[in-house]
Amino acid sequence: MKIKFKIWRQEGPEDKGAIKEYTVNDLTEEMSFLEALDHLNEQLVLKNEEVIAFEHDCREGICGQCGVFINGRAHGPINNITTCQLHMRSFNDGDTIFVEPWRAKSFPVIKDLIVDRSAFDRIIEHGAFISTNTGSAPEANALPIPKAVAESAMDAASCIGCGACVATCKNSSAALFTSAKINHLNNLPQGKAEEHKRVEEMTAQMDIEGFGSCTFTGACEVECPENISIVNIAEMHARLMKAKILG
Amino acid sequence: MTLDSKIPEGKLEDKWSNYQLNSQLINPANKKKLNIIVVGSGLAGAGAASTLAELGYDVQCFCYQDSARRAHSVAAQGGINAAKNYQHDGDSVYRMFYDTLKGGDFRSREANTYRLAQLSAPLIDHFVQQGVPFAREYGGTLVNRSFGGVQVQRTFYARGQTGQQLLLAAYSQLYKMVRAKKVKMYPRHEMLDLVVIEGKAKGIITRDLVTGELKRFAADAVVLATGGYSRVFRLSTLAVGCNGSAIWKAHKKGAFFAAPSFTQIHPTALPQTSEAQSKLTLMSESLRNDGRIWVPKQKGDPRKANDIPEEDRDYYLERRYPSFGNLAPRDIASRAAKERIDAGYGCGKLNNAVYLDFKTAIDKLGLETIKDRYGNLFSMYQKITGIDAYKEPMQISPAAHFSMGGLWVDYELMTSIPGLYAIGECNFSDHGANRLGANSLLQASIDGYFILPNTINNYLASEMKVDRPDTSHPEFEKSELETSQHIDKLLAINGSKTVGHFHRVLGKVMWQECAMSRNRSGLEKAIVQIKAIRDQFWSDVKITGGKDELNTELEKALRLADFIELGILMCMDALEREESCGAHFREEFQTEDGEAVRKDQNFSYVSAWEFEKGNFKLHKEELFFEFVKPSIRSYK
Ligand SMILES: Cc1cc2nc3c(=O)[nH]c(=O)nc-3n(C[C@H](O)[C@H](O)[C@H](O)COP(=O)(O)OP(=O)(O)OC[C@H]3O[C@@H](n4cnc5c(N)ncnc54)[C@H](O)[C@@H]3O)c2cc1C
Ligand code: FES
Repeated sequence: MKIKFKIWRQEGPEDKGAIKEYTVNDLTEEMSFLEALDHLNEQLVLKNEEVIAFEHDCREGICGQCGVFINGRAHGPINNITTCQLHMRSFNDGDTIFVEPWRAKSFPVIKDLIVDRSAFDRIIEHGAFISTNTGSAPEANALPIPKAVAESAMDAASCIGCGACVATCKNSSAALFTSAKINHLNNLPQGKAEEHKRVEEMTAQMDIEGFGSCTFTGACEVECPENISIVNIAEMHARLMKAKILG
Repeated sequence: MTLDSKIPEGKLEDKWSNYQLNSQLINPANKKKLNIIVVGSGLAGAGAASTLAELGYDVQCFCYQDSARRAHSVAAQGGINAAKNYQHDGDSVYRMFYDTLKGGDFRSREANTYRLAQLSAPLIDHFVQQGVPFAREYGGTLVNRSFGGVQVQRTFYARGQTGQQLLLAAYSQLYKMVRAKKVKMYPRHEMLDLVVIEGKAKGIITRDLVTGELKRFAADAVVLATGGYSRVFRLSTLAVGCNGSAIWKAHKKGAFFAAPSFTQIHPTALPQTSEAQSKLTLMSESLRNDGRIWVPKQKGDPRKANDIPEEDRDYYLERRYPSFGNLAPRDIASRAAKERIDAGYGCGKLNNAVYLDFKTAIDKLGLETIKDRYGNLFSMYQKITGIDAYKEPMQISPAAHFSMGGLWVDYELMTSIPGLYAIGECNFSDHGANRLGANSLLQASIDGYFILPNTINNYLASEMKVDRPDTSHPEFEKSELETSQHIDKLLAINGSKTVGHFHRVLGKVMWQECAMSRNRSGLEKAIVQIKAIRDQFWSDVKITGGKDELNTELEKALRLADFIELGILMCMDALEREESCGAHFREEFQTEDGEAVRKDQNFSYVSAWEFEKGNFKLHKEELFFEFVKPSIRSYK
């Protein structure tokens, strides 16, 4: 396959950055999208040029480290997958592909396609845990949890923290990410003791980090590799109301 | 130097409590004054860092990713074992201990293995309390399934995302302590050297992956939790960034490396489809609970899988191992697949795969049950291959997966360098020559949460009296200088081939000669070849970009330089062990029907290698079986 890549290059946070064009002739349909970038990078090295910096690690859709805008869509043209799960068979010979980093005020660009997502970690720090120290847990089966409750907690807990939801949202809102975590823990009996504090602190941190407000466009759930539903966001709002009244 | 495993006295079931009774304690006020470095924040590292901080220690924790949530523990799919006997099927701590020891082909310590089984039940309690949404029955209790190599159901799971859920729990607990300012977290920092002062581990040198700056960190003890090194084969089920660098640098500073060649090849990964492929995706072993493995009886059968009738299919695992069938342990299942593929019965585009078929299970249990059990694995398979596995069998193939080998540690998880600990996949401790499925999330977690926080005080109690060195100490100067010279040297080569090129070449040699099946002449040849690769790498590699910036090519080159050296030691270890045991299969030592021949009289030891300026000196830790008589492993 012959592909023309138009890729965002930016030396560092202060640099303005620009799109640069690269043509690669010998790609195959079996290659994953990231393997195509690997291939391009090897060619750049041999031409004595600096490689394109991009993030990735597991390459199987679970670590959440990869993630770029491909032809204007987070994680590329297919719904609900990660960038590393995208394969070149989704493109045609001769295509031009635009590749850009996540764009959001709270995710500043570090270099080329790499952004800083540490804001997510700071949201987690603000209550996305159950305050029990190691060694003090009761017997696991002492507290039965209905299958449906465990399953709905799992649906929310499956978030991989890639940031596609923020990047694709016109308001750069982190509501899907934050609500998924809140609902995971608040659904479970173990999470109840801190439920109100958790909602209040995590949503407050979301604002402090500069993420925008959710206006329910639903754009995020289309790109979420784990199919996390925006129903979570509505639930988070309800929980926040309740916390403010009862908390 | 003699290797003292420090196994406590007493009956098997009392050893751990005897140890705890006799170990030294440190009062909470003094813990605050002690600083511990934890390198790695996977299950082992995050568990250790958060628990040590809860106990009052001052902790600095490092990882190379942008967040602790991305450590490769995240990718474990199938589950985690625990001897809870919730299924009332005859499980017990003793049975789990025995299964693990036997699964490892009697090449691990009884006492360590027993402790693993003993601490498994409280670990499940811990994770449930941390909010891990494990699978449940309608009545609300926890569900279990089976994994290879056992006949009871003791595996706990959270869909096909168990590792993710456990890691996220550990990560949450860790960041709780980050916010409490008890842990200082350093993401995007890669450890490039260990600092040893007066024979004790006292600090590390890291490279800030964003700015390129080399930094020094001092501590009273250093814990390595850096995961597996199977990327030495390049194609593996590990993440692209997984590396052996931290433990390799520690090895060069004096830590013994145990059983480096013991590598698990997983039977059910997706086959390689092209030269450019960067990784092999695992399909969870849990699929073997309901999937049946087969190849056509006729070589190169041109028919599509669904068109091949029952009588023309060879369910070779069921045929060769009737009592365990499709749930035979990994080493056996991988070798059996290799045997069929090498004999010309492989399927798929490159004839390098076997079928994993769910038709029988779907007919028997219904489509909905199979969807409920494995839905996300089937959809992952479809995303990668474009094939609907509800309608036609999956194609799978063996892939490098897990390092049983790692830094030698004693019962306290301390390496041969005082004050240096190794936990999780990067040590050699409990799995012997073959790890049972769902035992390593367990080992990583138990090492980090339960064992290390109870053993490290025994060392630190005496370190209380010693001042922590300053980072201006000459040993820090020296380590940093050596690291920076190493980087300069790499960048100055400016040759004609990419890092990727050398990794592909190394991977091929390792996969050919040091994977599922090994022999003397192949290993001898491999050592010569890898030395040549090392020389070519150091004279002809090309890395663009500088050292004082984010430079992914330089990161890769630094990791590969260590993999090349490690590869040589792995081949030497495989060559030295003239027997077949577990995953280590030497072709010269097999029965007529191709089963492994273990040589207990000569090889019932753990090989522990000393670096010795690259001459690699072998030390042997004899294994004593006081409670169990090693038997011939049979899964027939
Ligand atoms: C695909 C796959 C599926 C698996 N499925 C199962 C399963 O179902 N059940 C099971 O029990 N086991 C499974 N395993 C094995 C198990 O997941 C691992 O053995 C275990 O998670 C290892 O945990 P760890 O904490 O030791 O290492 P990891 O989770 O790999 O963490 C390593 C940490 O070290 C850091 N690090 C590495 N090198 C450096 C360095 N030089 N400097 C600084 N930091 C560094 C990394 O950033 C990371 O934080 C699976 C493994 C794979 C690959
Ligand atoms: S690289 Fe891990 S999700 Fe893509």
